[in-house]
Amino acid sequence: MALRSRGSAIRARLATAALTLALAGCTAGDGGSGDGPFARYPETLSSWDLFVGEPADHVPATGVEPYDLNTPLFSDYALKFRFIQFPTAPDGALQPATYRDPEPFEFPVGTVIAKTFAYPADFRSPDEDLRLLETRLLIHEQEGWVGLPYIWNEEQTEARLVIVGGPLEVSWIDGSGRTVEHTYRVPNTNQCKTCHRTDGERLLPIGPHARQLNRESVYADGGGGPGGAENQLARWQRLGLLEDAPAPAEAPRAPVWNDSSTGSLTERARTWLDINCAHCHNLSGSGRTSGLDLRAAHGDRTRLGIYKHPVAAGQGTGDRLYGVVPGRPDESILVYRLESVHPGVMMPELGRGLVDSEAVALIRQWIEEMELGTEA
Amino acid sequence: MKQSTLCSAICLLTLFACAEQDGPLNPGANDHKTLQEALLVAEPGAVIELGAGRFELDATLSLDVEGVTLRGQGMDDTILDFASQAPGTGGEGVLVTADDFTVESLAVENTQGDGIKVEGTTGAAFRSVRVEWTNGPDTNNGAYGLYPVQVTNVLIEDSRVRGASDAGIYVGQSANVVVRRNEVWENVAGIEIENTTGADVYENRAHGNTGGLLVFSLPELPVKDGRDARVYDNDIVDNNLPNFGKEGAIVSTIPAGSGVIVMASDNVELFGNRIRNNQNSNLAVISYLSTGRAYNDPGYDPYTEGIYIHDNEFVGGGDGPNGAFADAFVELAGGTFPDIVWDGVVNPERLVDGAVPDELRLYIEDNGDADFINLDVGAVFAGGQPDVSTDLAAHQGALPAVPQPVDLGAATGGAP
Repeated sequence: MALRSRGSAIRARLATAALTLALAGCTAGDGGSGDGPFARYPETLSSWDLFVGEPADHVPATGVEPYDLNTPLFSDYALKFRFIQFPTAPDGALQPATYRDPEPFEFPVGTVIAKTFAYPADFRSPDEDLRLLETRLLIHEQEGWVGLPYIWNEEQTEARLVIVGGPLEVSWIDGSGRTVEHTYRVPNTNQCKTCHRTDGERLLPIGPHARQLNRESVYADGGGGPGGAENQLARWQRLGLLEDAPAPAEAPRAPVWNDSSTGSLTERARTWLDINCAHCHNLSGSGRTSGLDLRAAHGDRTRLGIYKHPVAAGQGTGDRLYGVVPGRPDESILVYRLESVHPGVMMPELGRGLVDSEAVALIRQWIEEMELGTEA
Repeated sequence: MKQSTLCSAICLLTLFACAEQDGPLNPGANDHKTLQEALLVAEPGAVIELGAGRFELDATLSLDVEGVTLRGQGMDDTILDFASQAPGTGGEGVLVTADDFTVESLAVENTQGDGIKVEGTTGAAFRSVRVEWTNGPDTNNGAYGLYPVQVTNVLIEDSRVRGASDAGIYVGQSANVVVRRNEVWENVAGIEIENTTGADVYENRAHGNTGGLLVFSLPELPVKDGRDARVYDNDIVDNNLPNFGKEGAIVSTIPAGSGVIVMASDNVELFGNRIRNNQNSNLAVISYLSTGRAYNDPGYDPYTEGIYIHDNEFVGGGDGPNGAFADAFVELAGGTFPDIVWDGVVNPERLVDGAVPDELRLYIEDNGDADFINLDVGAVFAGGQPDVSTDLAAHQGALPAVPQPVDLGAATGGAP
C-alpha cells in the first residue's frame, strides 16, 4: 500500500449496505471517556489535531509523519494507516526521536502515535470505499505511554474515545470475491497494555523499530526521490525528526514477511513471529511465564519452542507434545494455536478473530524445512 | 505474630475503603461493558460490588488497578458466565495484572480458557470463589480455575473448583502461598503447586480428580526450583477420574488414581493428611527423570530432596496402577503400589562419602501402618538391577530444618 494513497484516496466513503456498527451511539459517559484516569483525555479524535481537512481523509497536519512497517502485526486483515505526531519545542521546532536498536526508537514526551484500522468494501480495490473502524493512540506522557482507542462514527466524520472498546460488525469482499462477515474487536485500554507492556512494566511502542522502519515509501508531498519515494529513516533524518541514526544502509532492515525477495524463509518467519508474538513472548513480557521467547534475534532453540514442552497451554496443546517439532508442522503446538479461533486455544489471544492463512502457510513451511540439528 | 498481621491487614483495608459505589453493579443488557468499564475507571483500593444474578460475558474482564476488591453476593449467587466468550477477546475469564487484588464471593463459569488469572503481581487473595465448568470433566474445558502465576503473597481459601482440564487450583512460579479449606473435584489435577517457593497447603479436600495434589518443579521455565512447602491436614480421597487432559501438558501424564505426587520440589513436609483410596498410588515421591521427558535446561534440578512424610493416615489405594511409570516399574512392587512410593533417584553429585546428606534425605515416620517401597529406578536407568526395598527403617527421623510457616503479611487483605 503506497503512502501516496493516503492523502486523496483514503477518502472513506461509507459502504452503507455492507457495514454496520454494533456499538451505536457511544456518547460520553456511556463507555466513553468516563471517569477516573481517562477523564482528562479529549472525547474526540479531531481534538488531537493529527489531520487537516476532513478527519476521515487523514491528511497529516504539520509535524505529523505517515509511516509503514516492513512486516506488520496481523489484525484480521484490516488495513492500517500509521502516523507519528512529533511535539513542538518552545522555539517552534519539532522535537526529534532518538535512534535506538534493537529497542524501539525513543520519542520525546508529547509524541502521539496514531494507527487507524479500516476495511475496504472490496479488497480487490483496496483504496476505495474504505470504512474506518478505530484509531488507536499511544500518547507519550511525562510518566510514560498511554493507549487510547477512538471508534469512528457511522457517518465517518469523527471518532470518539471508548475506553472499553467493543465489537463492530463488519463485512468485506476478499481478494477472491468472497464476502466475509466478521465481528471486529476494538481493544479496551487494559488490552492496549497487555500487548504494549513489552518489558512487563512500561507501555512501549511496538512498531517503530529501526528494522521495521527501514524501507522506502512513497510520499504525497513528493518525498525526496523520484516518484515521491524515499527511505523512511532517510526522510526522518532529512527533516530533523530522527537523531543519532546511521545511514539506512548501515541500519538493520527486517524482511517483508510475504516477499521472498526481501529475506530467507527463516528470516521472514522469525520476523513474522517477532511482530505478531514477541511483544508478549519475550523474557519479560506477559508471555514470559511460558518460557517461550519468539523474538527474532536469538538462537536458543528451546526458548523458540523447539522440542519444548508446553507449560500452561491446557487444551491449547491440541494433543501435541512440543511447541515446534522440526519438519512436522502438524505436530507443532505453535501451528495448532495459530490455526485456531477458540479463545482458550488461539494465539495471539488478542487482536485477531480470524486465521491469518497466508502467514500460517509461511510458518508451516519454516517448520517443514527446519532440519533437526540446524540453528533456527 | 498472626494477630498483628491480621490487625494491620484490617487497618489497610479501612484506609482503602474510600471509593464506594452507590450500589452493586447488577446484570443487565451489556454486562461486559458495565463490568469492564468499572474495572478500567476504578480508583486504587476500590471495592467493586457485584449484585446477585448471572452476568453474561463475551470477553475477558481485565483489571490493572492496584488494591481492588471484586466482591459478589456469594459463590452461588453472583455468577460471571463466560460461555459466550468470543475469539480475540482474551484467553481467560478474568485477568489481573495489578497488586493487592482480592476476589470474593462470586463464581466464574464456563470460561473458554483459564478462570481467574493473576500474573506478575504482589498480593492476590481468592476467597469463597467458585470456578466451574458446569458440563463436568471435558477435554475442551479451560486449563486452570484459579491461576496465580509469578505472584508473591497468594491466599486461596474457601473456594471450589470443578472441571479444569489441567489444574483446578494452580499456583505457578510464585512465592509465599497459602491454599486452605478449598474443595477441588473432577479436575485433571485438583491442586498443583508448581515452581513455587514457600507454600502452606492445608485443610483442603481434593476428591474425584485424576490426581489430587501435585507439588512439582518443572524445567524450561523462567522461575525454577520450587521448595519449602507444607502440605497438611488435607483430605485426598478417591482421585480416580480418567485423565481428560490434552496430551502435551505435564498433567496429561498423571495416572488416574494419583493421590499426592511430589516431583522435583525440595524441602516438602507432608503431615496429618488423610490420603485414601487413590488407586494408582496414594503418595508418590519421584524425580523429574522418572517421567522420561527430555528437557533442555542446564539450570534445572530434577531431583526431589529433603522430603518429610509424617503422621498421615493412609487407607486403601495403589490397587489399580496405570500409566507409563507403573507399566515400567510396578512389577518391582509386586503388581500393586504401597501407600508411599519412592523412585529412589538421588543426585549422584550431592552424595557425601556415598551417602545422601541429612538435609536431602527422604524421612518417613509415624504414618500408622502405611507401607512403602523404594523402587531404585536410578539403577534401572543406569542399566543395572534395582535394589528394591520396603524397609522404612532407613527413612526414620525428621528433616533437620522443616519449612517455616508462610507469613503473608498484609498484602492479601489479611487472614480471617
